[in-house]
Amino acid sequence: MLDSQEQARFEKLVLPHLDAAYNLARWLLRGGADAEDVAQEAMLRAHRFFHGFRGGDVRAWLLQIVRNTCFTWMQKNRHGKDTDEFDEEVHGPPGPTPETLAIAADSRGRLSRALESLPSRSREIIVLRELEGCSYKEIAIITSIPIGTVMSTLSRARRQLQLALTGPANKESIHDL
Amino acid sequence: MICDRAGAVVHGYFDNELDAVGAAEFERHLEQCSDCVYALEDMEALRSSMGLAQLYERAPAPLRKKILASLGPELTVAAVPSRTVWRWLAVAAAFLLIAYASWRVTSLGRSGSYETALAAEIVDAHLRSLQPGHLTDVISTDQHTVKPWFDGKLDFSPPVQDFGDQGFSLQGGRIDVVHGRSVAALVYVRRKHFVNVFIWPADEQDRAPSAGSQQGYRWLEWRKGGMEFCAVSDAPKPALEQLQVLLASN
Repeated sequence: MLDSQEQARFEKLVLPHLDAAYNLARWLLRGGADAEDVAQEAMLRAHRFFHGFRGGDVRAWLLQIVRNTCFTWMQKNRHGKDTDEFDEEVHGPPGPTPETLAIAADSRGRLSRALESLPSRSREIIVLRELEGCSYKEIAIITSIPIGTVMSTLSRARRQLQLALTGPANKESIHDL
Repeated sequence: MICDRAGAVVHGYFDNELDAVGAAEFERHLEQCSDCVYALEDMEALRSSMGLAQLYERAPAPLRKKILASLGPELTVAAVPSRTVWRWLAVAAAFLLIAYASWRVTSLGRSGSYETALAAEIVDAHLRSLQPGHLTDVISTDQHTVKPWFDGKLDFSPPVQDFGDQGFSLQGGRIDVVHGRSVAALVYVRRKHFVNVFIWPADEQDRAPSAGSQQGYRWLEWRKGGMEFCAVSDAPKPALEQLQVLLASN
């Protein structure tokens, strides 16, 4: 248990990032109910390890814990789906134009489904960069990949997302709407 | 993609992660490489679609409460001498709250310092608004759309202005209820932080801003021109102060 001064510091520094923690967990786990449990567990872990936090980027520190908690959780509650590798063949030919992208992405549902169809490593890097606005350095800290690799990983993830938005799998769902 | 730079370097450029030399070199390359130009356009389209789709999901209010509760009772207050003293304070505070609430029902915003009960309600209203679909009743960045929307829904006309050029872009408005009274809520966004500005009429004199924080959210409250304002957000304090200056100067 932290002393009251440390508690106040935790509340001031860490709690404001609860939204970031929940958002990352929600996208990594592809659902709200599990994300609540995992975000709570991650917050408790952060609280327990707060003695070890020696200043610096508190959001990156917390998101690192959230991410690890998510992956541990996924290993324990493996749904099978998440081990699927993203198959570019299934997602259709490359070369979307900005116009088709804009049309395909005009609804939250479609974008959300496309994002959820990515493998978790790609999904997390898109969420960290595009939703959380993390720098490459922060992404490197959170995901424990070398900073030099962030750019190429992000490049692949964006390409996968563009394909998921414009590929035949998604076109079917467009017609369903 | 044929150009090998379109594979990765273009992403570094798009994300402002190249150093000055690298960026200048890439810009020279852009002048003669349509692959990279298209790649940039695709990324821009993707980013703006993602922005418009509002994929960011905020923590639900009950989760926040649950976490606060599980982290221990000391968390929501700064250093307290002892449990016993705290219990007595809680009892005293409860009495004060009841007395205060019954008095407050007739008139909002009469006392000198901003009261805890009202602050809690404002923070709750802010949290409620962040649940999916609750943020705005009228979605518009145009003040001339948002202002008339309030006509006939409230017994006063709140001042509505967009400060997009100053970094606070108007997202829309809604009617909220604070302390049993209908109030106007304007929603601004600043670097992904939502700011709710609650506005209701007050008869008393103008008052300089007073600030406070609760559950990791900050609020700033002031009175001007017969209106009570309370801005609340998880944005940094200087940002709230900047918005206060903008709102108060109009």
